[in-house]
Amino acid sequence: MSEAEELQKLADKEYEFGFVTDVESDSLPPGLDEDTIREIVRRKGEPDWLLEYRLKAFRHWQTMEDPAWAKVNKNVVNYQDLIYYSAPKPKKQLESLDEVDPELLETFEKLGISLEEQKRLSNVAVDAVFDSVSVATTFSDKLAELGIIFCSFSEAVKEHPELVRKYLGSVVPYTDNFYSALNSAVFSDGSFCYIPKGVACPMELSTYFRINAAGTGQFERTLIVADEGSTVSYLEGCTAPMRDENQLHAAVVELVALEEATIKYSTVQNWYPGDADGVGGIYNFVTKRGLCKGDRSKISWTQVETGSAITWKYPSCILQGDDSIGEFYSVALTNNFQQADTGTKMVHLGKRTKSTIISKGISAGKGQNTYRGLVDIKKGAEDARNFSQCDSMLLGDRCGAHTFPYVEVRNPSAKVEHEATTSKIGEDQIFYCNQRGISTEDAVSMIVNGFCKEVFSELPMEFAVEAQKLLAVSLEGSVG
Amino acid sequence: MSAHENEEKMILDVNNLHASVEGSPILKGLNLSVKPGEVHAIMGPNGSGKSTFANVLAGREDYTVDSGSVSYSGLDLLDLDPEERACEGIFLAFQYPVSIPGISNAYFLRSALNAVRRYREESEVDAVDFLQLVREKMKLVGMDEKLLQRSVNDGFSGGEKKRNEILQMAVLDPKLAILDETDSGLDIDALRIVAEGVNALRGGDRAFIVVTHYQRLLDYIVPDHVHVLSEGQIVRSGDKTLAHELEREGYSWLESGHAREKTQEAS
Ligand SMILES: Nc1ncnc2c1ncn2[C@@H]1O[C@H](COP(=O)(O)OP(=O)(O)O)[C@@H](O)[C@H]1O
Ligand SMILES: [Mg+2]
Repeated sequence: MSEAEELQKLADKEYEFGFVTDVESDSLPPGLDEDTIREIVRRKGEPDWLLEYRLKAFRHWQTMEDPAWAKVNKNVVNYQDLIYYSAPKPKKQLESLDEVDPELLETFEKLGISLEEQKRLSNVAVDAVFDSVSVATTFSDKLAELGIIFCSFSEAVKEHPELVRKYLGSVVPYTDNFYSALNSAVFSDGSFCYIPKGVACPMELSTYFRINAAGTGQFERTLIVADEGSTVSYLEGCTAPMRDENQLHAAVVELVALEEATIKYSTVQNWYPGDADGVGGIYNFVTKRGLCKGDRSKISWTQVETGSAITWKYPSCILQGDDSIGEFYSVALTNNFQQADTGTKMVHLGKRTKSTIISKGISAGKGQNTYRGLVDIKKGAEDARNFSQCDSMLLGDRCGAHTFPYVEVRNPSAKVEHEATTSKIGEDQIFYCNQRGISTEDAVSMIVNGFCKEVFSELPMEFAVEAQKLLAVSLEGSVG
Repeated sequence: MSAHENEEKMILDVNNLHASVEGSPILKGLNLSVKPGEVHAIMGPNGSGKSTFANVLAGREDYTVDSGSVSYSGLDLLDLDPEERACEGIFLAFQYPVSIPGISNAYFLRSALNAVRRYREESEVDAVDFLQLVREKMKLVGMDEKLLQRSVNDGFSGGEKKRNEILQMAVLDPKLAILDETDSGLDIDALRIVAEGVNALRGGDRAFIVVTHYQRLLDYIVPDHVHVLSEGQIVRSGDKTLAHELEREGYSWLESGHAREKTQEAS
């Protein structure tokens, strides 16, 4: 093996998913103006109302400024250098998996999500998004028997325009922030899911996002609507090749839970974090928000964030229905030069609404980890409750942890509890493990996993196992 | 018998050991030889260096060995990482066992057992075999099975923590077990149960170093040799009757300068 190959092997070990897939892609030239948007709409064959929506968002975006408020350092993103549409060729309508480019399927195999296998064996329906376009959705037929719609966003626009039109932007309006405006203008694909009244979705629904092409931004759009009395559990995973430029990922996820509906949304985010010197990596600026619209509805976010050079992400819940429940369980790990600024917003509107926030931040290397959260109890939210717990763990002394728990209470009957701890991983804990024969590396990953247990126990089984492995890999070499 | 042959019979041979913590010397020329199957008690006042000695043997990082040598089963002990020492059969029952929140006792102990077995090139034990093994050992130390699913030492009472240490010892099956103040914080019933657990593990070639401040524990775990540690040196050695003598006289005689004399008398 040549030295170069040897090095490549080593590098791949650090970030296992850093390969590039050799598929021909059909991309727009870099740059963004109204014509870019018209071209996206034309290529995707979208209706006029969507063009209107995109253009309004774009015009609004132009009036906004790139935010600089979160506690991170970043390079300036030049939005005119990005490619806003990239689709693997051929771009014809796919009838079945057999028609998917074998290179693509191989990519997903490497990522550990064999669509073929999944289709046959497991109980997870997968929608795979490659660069800007959804390449395969499994199990749609079986789900359709129950009236469940699970398809790419583009397909939903064509097949279920009334639903998309009704809910698109209803939770995250394009005016919300800089990145949601940009996403609303240029989003190219994503997943759509609708669970009809009273249906408990019998399997986990899953989307897998992959950025492949160089110089592309990824702007997916996810919309999940759970109708009255329905339940659904949704998983999201992501990876990207190793590149030394920073790539932008600016997704928008909207969840709507009607009366007595429950949505559980789990993410394991493993975008390329950049190398050990802080070069490259994904900028992950995502807007995720759920609306508990109906009484007794519930939305639960669980996230494990180990990737990306920078993560800005605040999955939030608007608790509008009386007795509705919002939950946020988060593990964020930063190593080397990674920066994460993440947390949640719980907006209590309805009576007796309840929210729980459990955040676990782990910093290693020169990583910086910030929890930023807001519990906002509005005037009409009689007897609202919140419990927040934000724990930080430091590995080494060059990293940082920061906690900003904001609370606004406008109703005196509210009960808000907040607990926070910061601890260094204990030398005495590591020695205790060593003395029982356990290596330092295994000890660290064990102690960190224990620290994250309350969050991992919220994840579906297979995801929890994957998350633990990911943490171990991300921590490799962080304690010597 | 030549010195070489003599050495071969030792499981542990500590020679003129000097060690310091954060720059201040604590152990100042400690000598100790332990043969397989022997139980040695190390007594001495608070601050005399008993825990330091135990930690140095286990390889704790903040304890610096300045000079001297330690050979263990023919190996240069000071050359090994803490986890290698553990895998080679050294077990330290801690004076203050730490907790590991979120990791169940069962998971922890199985990970430890399998780490040791991998080192010895033995096959790993699966969950079923492990459970069987651990249940059997729990009876030995009179431990409630519920503690298996609790996080390691998290919220355990003093007695539960000490019993847990002995359980780990029973499962990991060491060649040399060092018990650091295993009796502290135990009432008499708990003390008896823990001691019975230790006695059940005596026999064969397994050697013990029992560190204790009080003679009480030695009524239950009867030692072959008793040593008195003072200011980082062993100042007196004898058989189990020495422990009773210490119980009557306390440690005050150490300060009166008699310590050196008495050692000389003894030798
Ligand atoms: N981690 C430490 N840092 C500083 N001094 C220590 C540390 N550990 C022990 N010492 C000091 O070393 C001496 C011996 O302590 P120790 O070995 O714990 O004694 P014993 O176990 O006999 O009571 C004491 O003076 C103690 O203060
Ligand atoms: Mg001590």
